[in-house]
Amino acid sequence: MPGPAIETENLTKDYPFGFLHLKKKTSLEGLNMQVETGEVFGFIGPNGAGKSTTIKLLMGLIFPTAGSARILGKPISDVAMHRDIGYMPEQPYFYDYLTAAEVLDYFARFHDLSAADRNDRVQKMLKKVGLETAGKIQLRKYSKGMLQRVGLAQAILHDPQVVILDEPMSGLDPVGRREVRDIILELKRDGKTVMFSTHILSDAEMLCDRVGVIVGGKLRGTGAPGQLVDMKTRGMEVLFELPSASNSALLAKATRTGERYRLEVTEAELYAAMEQLRAAGARILSVSQVRATLEEFFMNLVEADRAQAAADEVSEK
Amino acid sequence: MKRVAAVAVNTFREAVRDRVLYNLVFFALLMIAASILVGQISIGIEQSVIVSLGLSAISVIGLLIAVFIGVALVSKEMDKRTLYALLSKPVRRWEFLLGKFFGLVLTLAVNTAAMALGLIVAMLYVNRALSSSDVPVLIAVYFIWLKLALVVALSLLFSCFTTPLLAILFTIGLYIAGLYVQEMRDLPVAVMSPGMAALTKWFSYLLPNFENFNVMAMAAHARAIPGSLILHNTLYAVVYCAIVLTAAVAVFSRRNLK
Repeated sequence: MPGPAIETENLTKDYPFGFLHLKKKTSLEGLNMQVETGEVFGFIGPNGAGKSTTIKLLMGLIFPTAGSARILGKPISDVAMHRDIGYMPEQPYFYDYLTAAEVLDYFARFHDLSAADRNDRVQKMLKKVGLETAGKIQLRKYSKGMLQRVGLAQAILHDPQVVILDEPMSGLDPVGRREVRDIILELKRDGKTVMFSTHILSDAEMLCDRVGVIVGGKLRGTGAPGQLVDMKTRGMEVLFELPSASNSALLAKATRTGERYRLEVTEAELYAAMEQLRAAGARILSVSQVRATLEEFFMNLVEADRAQAAADEVSEK
Repeated sequence: MKRVAAVAVNTFREAVRDRVLYNLVFFALLMIAASILVGQISIGIEQSVIVSLGLSAISVIGLLIAVFIGVALVSKEMDKRTLYALLSKPVRRWEFLLGKFFGLVLTLAVNTAAMALGLIVAMLYVNRALSSSDVPVLIAVYFIWLKLALVVALSLLFSCFTTPLLAILFTIGLYIAGLYVQEMRDLPVAVMSPGMAALTKWFSYLLPNFENFNVMAMAAHARAIPGSLILHNTLYAVVYCAIVLTAAVAVFSRRNLK
């Protein structure tokens, strides 16, 4: 069985600040994480949580204060490993005096590809990201979404084994997001390892084999999206319609959307609630279990982190 | 080496597409105006006037490009974050830095050569002929190009660890100081303590000696430039550039991008 595609060990990054840089802010604290070969790994966390810091450390754009990381078994300081890695920065920006085809050709030159091979791959990539008709336009005329597509194309141009994408969905319209999702799934089908950061949790739930949740520079949990959240049923959801006005006390607890009502009750309360609804003449549309979502798990962590930060601030004073 | 060349060619392409070479139009207009006017205002010294004016213009225009674009070579890539995608490729930071340096030096070579051609046309217009006594003008142009390469290396070094504005100020400051290296060495000991005099002298050897590259007066008066000076200046520029670029690589290789 192959080893992990990406592994970090106590990876830490402090940023000095203040007069003479005597103070420090910890952006990433002792990250121990593994991304298995062939999986799609989602790195989720709020803005400023340390997602981009981690990715920049992995790509050698910034240097760790402590700890180490390896990609495909090689230390991140080894530039040669970049042959097998594709990376798309957050909100990518490229040389705006070049066309998309030229910028891709430029990047391809660093992978020792022949001119014919370069041309072939550039055309294939432009088609893949839906830019085949815009390939000869200078990037200064591109929209944010189009630049994002160029970013994706340059990341997978050289057929890398590991693809690291920093917020690949940001700035994209629904069509663009769907296309990026399809490309990620295609990469997975081809046996590639994909790690991407996002704060769009639905994307992570839809695409990822596993996710890592990072808040306040610390990894708070890793696992399959379903494993991370509490799998116990949190309650029952009843959807119903009410043809005539009713004074049922339950209606005060329900939320109304048009003609439909949505009521959330505990499992113990369900039968009594159904009885009351029947008496009121309601038409039951559905009854389903309510489970905790990744979003709730995530929000709980964020709120706990904020509360901790506020408590730390008070104790410092 | 392929990777250094790829960055260099792209840097050259950037300069061309960002219309840096448009300065040549200004230079051409200056040379045309000077050629027409010089015959009317300076009888007998037309050659000297046109050469001095031409070489000064080549030097000033080249310096503006070397300082302002030299400082932007790295800082612009960091500010716009175009460097992120590039450094994720199998390219080492020193390869990127050298590519940037050679790209701008290539741009300056093309620009300087084009201006030199303009100057030769102007000399031909004024004198109706060219002779072997005009060779020092070409050597003077070569020295200007060497000087510009040194300025690019310095601006690249400063831009690796400070803001673009400070990098511009440092480069210009060092350039001006480098024009007075000989004066620093010749300062009479009487005006300062012996310790200070020794320090000033040592310091003068650290500064880039731009004075050596100025042979404008010799070229204007068609005096031969010794071969030893050509060799000396070439070696000096190569060695000094190598030292400055090594320092730039040392700084840039440890730099955290934003």
